[in-house]
Amino acid sequence: MELLYAMTTGVLTACGLYLTLRGRTFPVVVGLTLLSYAVNLFLFSMGGLTTDGPAIVSEGTNYADPLPQALVLTAIVIGFAMTAFVVILAMRARSEVGNDHVDGKKEDRE
Amino acid sequence: MMQHLIVFPVVLPLVAGILLLYQRQGLVRYKRAVSVAATVLLLLVAIGLLRQAASDQVTYYALGDWQAPFGIVLVLDRLSALMLLVTAVLAVGAVVFACAGDDEKGSNFHGLFQWQLLGINGAFLTGDLFNLFVFFEVLLLASYALLLHGGGKARIQASVHYVVLNLAGSSLFLIAVGILYGATGTLNMADMAIRVAELPAEREGLVTAGALMLLVVFGLKAAILPLYFWLPKAYASAPAPVAALFAIMTKVGIYAILRVYSLLFGDSAGGLEALEQPWVWWLSLATLAAAGVGVMAARDLRLLVAYLVLVSVGTLLAGIGMRSPQAVSALLYYLIHTTLVTGGLFLLAEMIGLQRGKAGTRLVKGRPMAQGAGLAMLFFIGAIAVAGVPPFSGAIGKALMLNAAEGTQRLWLWPLLLLTSLASLIALSRAGSTLFWRSHRGNISGTPLPRRQWFGVIWLLSAAPLLVALAGPVSSYTQATADQLANPQVLIRTLLPNAAGDAQ
Repeated sequence: MELLYAMTTGVLTACGLYLTLRGRTFPVVVGLTLLSYAVNLFLFSMGGLTTDGPAIVSEGTNYADPLPQALVLTAIVIGFAMTAFVVILAMRARSEVGNDHVDGKKEDRE
Repeated sequence: MMQHLIVFPVVLPLVAGILLLYQRQGLVRYKRAVSVAATVLLLLVAIGLLRQAASDQVTYYALGDWQAPFGIVLVLDRLSALMLLVTAVLAVGAVVFACAGDDEKGSNFHGLFQWQLLGINGAFLTGDLFNLFVFFEVLLLASYALLLHGGGKARIQASVHYVVLNLAGSSLFLIAVGILYGATGTLNMADMAIRVAELPAEREGLVTAGALMLLVVFGLKAAILPLYFWLPKAYASAPAPVAALFAIMTKVGIYAILRVYSLLFGDSAGGLEALEQPWVWWLSLATLAAAGVGVMAARDLRLLVAYLVLVSVGTLLAGIGMRSPQAVSALLYYLIHTTLVTGGLFLLAEMIGLQRGKAGTRLVKGRPMAQGAGLAMLFFIGAIAVAGVPPFSGAIGKALMLNAAEGTQRLWLWPLLLLTSLASLIALSRAGSTLFWRSHRGNISGTPLPRRQWFGVIWLLSAAPLLVALAGPVSSYTQATADQLANPQVLIRTLLPNAAGDAQ
């Protein structure tokens, strides 16, 4: 499970990073979203991966660390709000500047 | 009552911000009154907290009475009290200035302004690494909206860069916090300091990675060399009161670096001691050099002031990079001066732009100003202070910094700092002579500036002479602050009375 988990996080981060570095606002927004998903997964794994453990201290030694779950919840909420904001900002930039390049430049490739 | 005073700088702007959300438009006078009253009250609270912190005791407020390391604590020591006071003083100037009409150019200015203060104050007070992230997000969210206040092409363009960069930075912050939590098993900074001191050798790499990633995040906020490119455009296009308030934002990054690294990687950290020091030192010098070039190249007064903010960032970081109590004391003195004076200069640039009509703040020939004499006088004071020429506070701040450098550090810092000061001086005198002397002949027109704007600028720029008059008490306070920072055991023992005994 650890390997699968690590690979998922890694691939998500790589995709997110690649898209964030693109020139158009839409891929950048998608990239940031992917990046925040990757971060949430990463945070979640930082308490150690536990299978079938309750999330609070209980009888026995096998329990999951509850703190990363709380952190992830906070990070999800903040990430969600930020994504909503950046989508609106990208749309306003598109309508005010007239194109969707992050630098506001006209496309000079084509 | 007194024991709850620590939580006031967070609760007060929060409540004021919620009150100010009532009705998006209208009720202008009522909103202004609430906002100014809340800010002035914040100033009084900050003064009270400073007096409390000056007794050399570290006090803390456990939210919900959950004790550290399990609950979130707000910690008040000399450093946080000082930062709170600087923020409050700056905010009073900015909010009064905004009441002259800038607040009506968009909606919800005052509510957002208060929330920005909430985020800044929270970041200065918190003793928990994840909570620091949350307050960073609060202040960033408010700053995104404030930066867009009033709209316009340039602002939206700058906002896109600013928001995207900071969102990427937030992701990095979370990764770094995750790594540090994974390696040490705690988020409370005092507790983490103990755990870092007892760290098993195989985890040192992990902690180093986390700590340096954190440095990237704080560097982005503070605008260190490879991460500063968002700053000039964002600050130059922000509405004037917002730009003035943003003068404290880079200092939030500086504060975070100072706090986290002096606490976690201080003397007791063993092999990890001062792991940020070479990075901060060399990058600060590079920032200084780049900012000096930027100051010379700026063709707009607001851009010029934005680059002056960068000069101050470089200078302050060099103080952290020297890593001695004397340097920290010097940098704190310089921090008070530079925050207030650059904030004042942003406001002043707006007033000059208003009086010059179409030429605005661009450094070209424009029409003569109706109130040119008063503005020129203020510009002169601000320019002298920020460039570091006697008799104002910049000179003392820079002299303290130069004096704090030791050995080979002098070889690097002295020429760079003095040359950037020279560059600022040249650029400012060029700007001043263009703005005030090289104007078109013609009749003076333009409406007189509102009194609130004059108040805002004079309030902030009067810091320059005041900091000279009060240089003795201020520098003895900063010296004591630096000593307190160099000795984090006091803070750790206050927060964790049981655990600190083991670390000794």
